[in-house]
Amino acid sequence: MGDTVRTNRTRDMVFFIIALGATFTGLLFLSVLIVDILMDGLGRIDLAFLTSFPSRKPERAGILSALVGTVWIMGLTALFSFPLGVGAAIYLEEYARKNWLSRLIEINIANLAGVPSIIYGLLGLSIFVRTLDLERSLLSGALTLTLLILPIIIISSREALRAIPFSIREASYAIGATRWQTIYKQVLPSAMPGILTGTILALSRAIGETAPLITIGALTYVAFLPETIFDPFTVLPIQIFNWVSRPQKAFAINAAGAIIVLLCIMLLLNSIAIYLRYRFQRRIRW
Amino acid sequence: MVEKDVFSVSGLNTWYGEKHILRDVNLAIKERCVTALIGPSGCGKSTFLRCLNRMNDLIPDFRMEGSILYRDMDIYSRESDPIDIRRRIGMVFQKPNPFPKSIYRNITYGLEIFGIKDRGVLDEAVERSLRKAALWDEVKDNLHQNALTLSGGQQQRLCIARAIAVSPEVILFDEPCSALDPVATGKIEDLITELKRDYTVIIVTHNMQQAARISDYTGFFMMGRLVEFDITRKVFTAPSNKLTEDYITGRFG
Repeated sequence: MGDTVRTNRTRDMVFFIIALGATFTGLLFLSVLIVDILMDGLGRIDLAFLTSFPSRKPERAGILSALVGTVWIMGLTALFSFPLGVGAAIYLEEYARKNWLSRLIEINIANLAGVPSIIYGLLGLSIFVRTLDLERSLLSGALTLTLLILPIIIISSREALRAIPFSIREASYAIGATRWQTIYKQVLPSAMPGILTGTILALSRAIGETAPLITIGALTYVAFLPETIFDPFTVLPIQIFNWVSRPQKAFAINAAGAIIVLLCIMLLLNSIAIYLRYRFQRRIRW
Repeated sequence: MVEKDVFSVSGLNTWYGEKHILRDVNLAIKERCVTALIGPSGCGKSTFLRCLNRMNDLIPDFRMEGSILYRDMDIYSRESDPIDIRRRIGMVFQKPNPFPKSIYRNITYGLEIFGIKDRGVLDEAVERSLRKAALWDEVKDNLHQNALTLSGGQQQRLCIARAIAVSPEVILFDEPCSALDPVATGKIEDLITELKRDYTVIIVTHNMQQAARISDYTGFFMMGRLVEFDITRKVFTAPSNKLTEDYITGRFG
């Protein structure tokens, strides 16, 4: 009897140590990575690095075209994916009848969220670049990334809409509101922080994507800034990829610098998402 | 007092999917009276109430047969518009459900969706509705405070004010006091008695003392059937059906 208790307690302790170890393994590797990157790249970041075009001479090379390309791509992707994703979520959550068709759509969207990004690159290449003849433009890139993150936005927006209690919808209908008034004036405003959080997290996934953009033929060396959405472009992850693959050590340092900039942008996006979620939870208690 | 019929319901049968809820309900509801609907849980009284303003339309597999006339208009006919019906027949729910907005915006919402933007008209409607709902003195200095900060009883009176704001002719109450304490319940009951001067009131309640206190007519539902419907005093003192007697004397339910 006493032995069993002791064995149980030992097992309990062992499991605790394993779980703790698992947590710290992840954290350890992440910190090593970040410290390594910071030591390599932090010294490289200055105004000239942010405002110069790439160059064959590593000490004169900068990330201007990649940074501007990333901002363009993110802006366009947000512009396309937000209304489409939220619109689809509203349809599925508020309008669609719950039958086999809506369940089929649901399963497909969930599966699409798990499709490897390079597949989306191939899709973008054949539809946007070739069929629609948009070439290797910002537009092609943004549309491809839109397809990539659309399922994520739809899923998170549906969750945000579902979190709004039915009693709010009932209250609105009971007063003589139409379905659209109920959605637009009551459900959407309450669900918006949740929808925005999901959208930003989806965008912060898109910002790090390289494979689909290389697949559609984004350039790796760009010494100009895109002026319209039909111009060629490059983005930060591609610039990093390009520099890392060079033999010279100096380019590796440039890559580290660019990684820090990319991480900062991602961190910024994620903190906006966390802030929105925090405000959402504090403001509304049903 | 000449009492006109506001609703006349005949041969009403309803289903949720395969489940037969109301069975052959026939009933006439008088104008400017309080009609209470009582009965054990799951007897169909709330379903009946929700038929009167077509709230059941929101439930995907709801189905009904029979007719409900509202002042000679068949509310389930093709020509009648559920939006218009719900504006004329307001509803207050079991759990207070104010919008997560200010007290002011809660009341003006019903007017805004009909395109009323004039500040003076809105201000006037807010004060009038809150006074009628006996809430004005408690909130007049905090009209722009979030409605969710009010107490449960205040929230429920706000919901009543919100229903009044669009000038309905009938107000349906679906167990409005079941989430409230006795003091708040007393206030809502006083208010309902007050409201019948201007509106026709139909209230579903689990509380038989409440039905006896505030209603003029009482209907007793059981297993989807309307077992008895009569003047409240008669239902509670000399019920004509044995089932009603057993229920109101607490033998079951």
